[in-house]
Amino acid sequence: MSSPPNGKTLVQLKNIHQIYSSGARRFTAVENVNVTISEGEFVALLGPSGCGKSTLLRIITGLQKPSEGFVLYRGVPLKGVNPHASIVFQTFALFPWLTVLENVDLALKMKGAPPHLRTTRALDLLDRVGLDGFENAYPRELSGGMRQKVGFARAMAVEPELLCLDEPFSALDVLSAEALRGELLELWTSGNIPTRAILMVSHNIEEAVFMADRIIIMDKDPGRVISELAINLPHPRQRKSPAFQALVDQVYAMLAGQTQPEAIELGSAPGEPGRTRRLPIIHINDLAGLLEHLADLPENRADIYRLVEDLSVDPDTLLRLTEAAELLGFATIDKGDITLTPLGETFAEASILARKEIFATRIRRLPIFRWLLAMLRAAQNQRLDWDVVHTALELEFPSDEAERQLDAIIDWGRYAEILTYDDDDEALYLEPGPPVAA
Amino acid sequence: MATKFTPLFKTEARSDRIFTWGDAVALLVIAVLLYIGIRLAFGAPGVIEGPEITLDPRALPRYALLSIGRMTAAYFLSMIFTLIYGRLAAYNPRAEQVLMPLLDVLQSVPILSFLPVVLLSLSAILPINWAAELASVTLIFTSQAWNLTFAWYQSLTTIPKELREVSAIFRLNSWMRFKSLELPFAAISLVWNSMMSWAGGWFFLMAAEIFTVGRRDFRLPGLGAYLQEAANQNDLRAIFWGLAALILVIVALDQLVWRPLLAWSDRFKLEMVEGEEPPTSWFYDALHNSRLINALRENFISPISEWVDHWFLRHFQAEDAAKASVASRSWLLRFLGALFAVGLLYGLYRTTIMLLAVPMAQWTTIGLSVATTTLRVSVALLLALAWTIPVGVMIGGNHRLTVLFQPLIQITASVPATALFPVFLLFMLRLPGGLNLAAVFLMLMGTQWYLLFNIIAGAKAIPQDLKYTATLMQLSRWERWRTLTLPALFPYLITGAITASGGAWNASIVAEYVHFGGQPLQTIGIGSLIAQATAAGNYPLLLASTLSMILTVILINRLIWRRLYQIAEENYRME
Repeated sequence: MSSPPNGKTLVQLKNIHQIYSSGARRFTAVENVNVTISEGEFVALLGPSGCGKSTLLRIITGLQKPSEGFVLYRGVPLKGVNPHASIVFQTFALFPWLTVLENVDLALKMKGAPPHLRTTRALDLLDRVGLDGFENAYPRELSGGMRQKVGFARAMAVEPELLCLDEPFSALDVLSAEALRGELLELWTSGNIPTRAILMVSHNIEEAVFMADRIIIMDKDPGRVISELAINLPHPRQRKSPAFQALVDQVYAMLAGQTQPEAIELGSAPGEPGRTRRLPIIHINDLAGLLEHLADLPENRADIYRLVEDLSVDPDTLLRLTEAAELLGFATIDKGDITLTPLGETFAEASILARKEIFATRIRRLPIFRWLLAMLRAAQNQRLDWDVVHTALELEFPSDEAERQLDAIIDWGRYAEILTYDDDDEALYLEPGPPVAA
Repeated sequence: MATKFTPLFKTEARSDRIFTWGDAVALLVIAVLLYIGIRLAFGAPGVIEGPEITLDPRALPRYALLSIGRMTAAYFLSMIFTLIYGRLAAYNPRAEQVLMPLLDVLQSVPILSFLPVVLLSLSAILPINWAAELASVTLIFTSQAWNLTFAWYQSLTTIPKELREVSAIFRLNSWMRFKSLELPFAAISLVWNSMMSWAGGWFFLMAAEIFTVGRRDFRLPGLGAYLQEAANQNDLRAIFWGLAALILVIVALDQLVWRPLLAWSDRFKLEMVEGEEPPTSWFYDALHNSRLINALRENFISPISEWVDHWFLRHFQAEDAAKASVASRSWLLRFLGALFAVGLLYGLYRTTIMLLAVPMAQWTTIGLSVATTTLRVSVALLLALAWTIPVGVMIGGNHRLTVLFQPLIQITASVPATALFPVFLLFMLRLPGGLNLAAVFLMLMGTQWYLLFNIIAGAKAIPQDLKYTATLMQLSRWERWRTLTLPALFPYLITGAITASGGAWNASIVAEYVHFGGQPLQTIGIGSLIAQATAAGNYPLLLASTLSMILTVILINRLIWRRLYQIAEENYRME
């Protein structure tokens, strides 16, 4: 560790809530989060997209003010941007019109370093991340991995006590990402940098287990911390070791959850009391692919974490697919394992038309579809304006989420051939013809 | 230039509604401003002697410098206005609600219709040559500022979130944000729009330099006046010299100023990939490699810039403090707002009184004139469409033709129609149809290039795959036009037509009423009516006809063009 974990508290989040209001409705993005980060710790913040982990990172660095609660930095309430923190961004966020050197130099300049020291210091930093020789290149001339190295060098330039990483490896190709992870760990464990703690936001479970001392697991709807897990494996960690794999499996189990009784699993219809279950945003073809893959496996079951590699999808997408399979009753999830139900097996082996029929019967059971179909049947000409449905959904979801949900509804409905959308007059229609047998 | 074409008149709707409260306030502001101008104009001298224009070619360098000077002054004014106004609108939500509709209305108003009012009011309070100079700069400014301001505003509001966060995390103060983030991010768009503004500015400069009504001669010594005088005296040799000088000036500025700027601004593109065809400029390359310039940069510019940064760093540390000061100023803002509202209402009252002084018969004339000009604008637009669509598709669809014709068209298009107008009059007045025909012709001159450039760009953008598919399906020539070419062209057509119709309306002011060979000539139309009212000093009529024209153009924009633009954006945009 850069400094021995002396247990001195660096950052404390107290009862953090982040609430957005749209009209009269209020939506909770982050609910009652209490987190402590101590000196010497490498903490990973893990969760599905939309769980508010990036929001939390912005709150910790002072870029965003929480609606409720407060942030203590070394025991002092944080006001404005934290001068001791620095961020490495997923998209690198380099100034494209500045050279590599100028990008790092800008950070040093704002720190107040005199000009003659700046160049030496910047060159030294670039040297340390292995970018010597590229100082006069523009970011667009570099590969993704090298750009992110500039991102790291720039973040280090201000000698931050708290280094925040916002999914720093997810925009990189597999090899660069792996190389950069190793280099970062080396810098961190060698203690050659003044950084006291690292906070990394990630949706990559293996990556978190590989790098962090502690994983904070979040879930969505609303965004909240559901669990914490200490990783006590020594560095360098072996991904293939049983201990490592067991930890990965354990995290997947926490994230994928357990299949609940149907009433809880399906949620309630929009407008009714209770929480409306969001449709996971997926491609239906991917879902079919997942089910077919499971049907080929012995006992029709798999460890979810293994699927990431077998299907070469990213963990976030996979978790959305398993969630969809679970929601539609095609699979059950238990302790990080996914098992195909007989229905799921039937679906996997069915013809295209039969698949559509099965899919239609399944989504008719979802409260959000039941609600919409009832409205459509009652509507004149069995037609509803897109705007009308969107407004109705806005009672349950923030505006942009309502739009995504409506897009998903239309996508699923079109696949199942139970409703259709006409782009010209921007309206939803009940699919004509006799209803598919339920 | 034609590969990327930024429309002068952006019509992206910020709301789906045709008319908003912001629009109403904006219109009111314009009406009251016009009223104030006309009140001032009461004191305008009845007879104004114009300057002596010599046709000696040796005077041309001086005239050229005078013209360029007016353009430059107006351009710098536009830039200063842009930076302040755009920033206010982008960062202050309350100001945005008023400023953006105002800008939207202003940019769809035919700027030239302001010229008489501005000239008259300024000549009432300033010596005449000052008034005319100032009026020409004001006019050019109003033609240049709006799209620049839109570009700056749009850039400021679309800066990626992460780059803003980086600036906050690394504690950039306002100056450094402006220098390292906002200005570079907007650079390409600002340079493009500057080029457009500059090119458009010539049209208005020439109009301002040759403006004469009745016994009031508002001409200014410059290239435009030289050409007009030459045509007036039927001096073909002088016409030749004048045109040559004008084209030379325009081409030289393009090569020595705008192209280098464009090549330089390429470094500010946000895309993380190398462009296929970056803009190039021989002059920029020469400067870039020049030892003198590099030495200058190292020993002079860099230290100064470092010193400036340092100064700002010492004096403007806190960015959080900035927010506090906005809050404390909100009382002052509210007070000023109230004052403004009261002034506006009083102005509205006085404007109404003046409008009521216009007799019914004149309102009928106004209506008839507006209708005639609308008809004339439509005819000009249709004529332009009729030739630019086939020619544009032919040129744009064939790479060899594009390379061959593009520079030629660019040079031809760069000559402002208003500069050529007196020359055309010389020939056209002999034809049957006289000024009526000439007016349509001038509008055509002002409109066709926008259309042609857009259509070429549109034709170039049709994907090769779709062309192959159309060929494989053996579509007949007509079917091909109907299913591929016209739909693919539609967004470009609309963008071009919006700009073109704006140009045509502007042209009506100078096209429907002219002084030629010492004789005033006129044809029916709203532009003519405005000029006549100016000549006769009939101020209520001037106010009524100017306002009517503005309202008509805004209505046409909102009811027709905006809708068509939305359809084009939603249904015909290739992605």
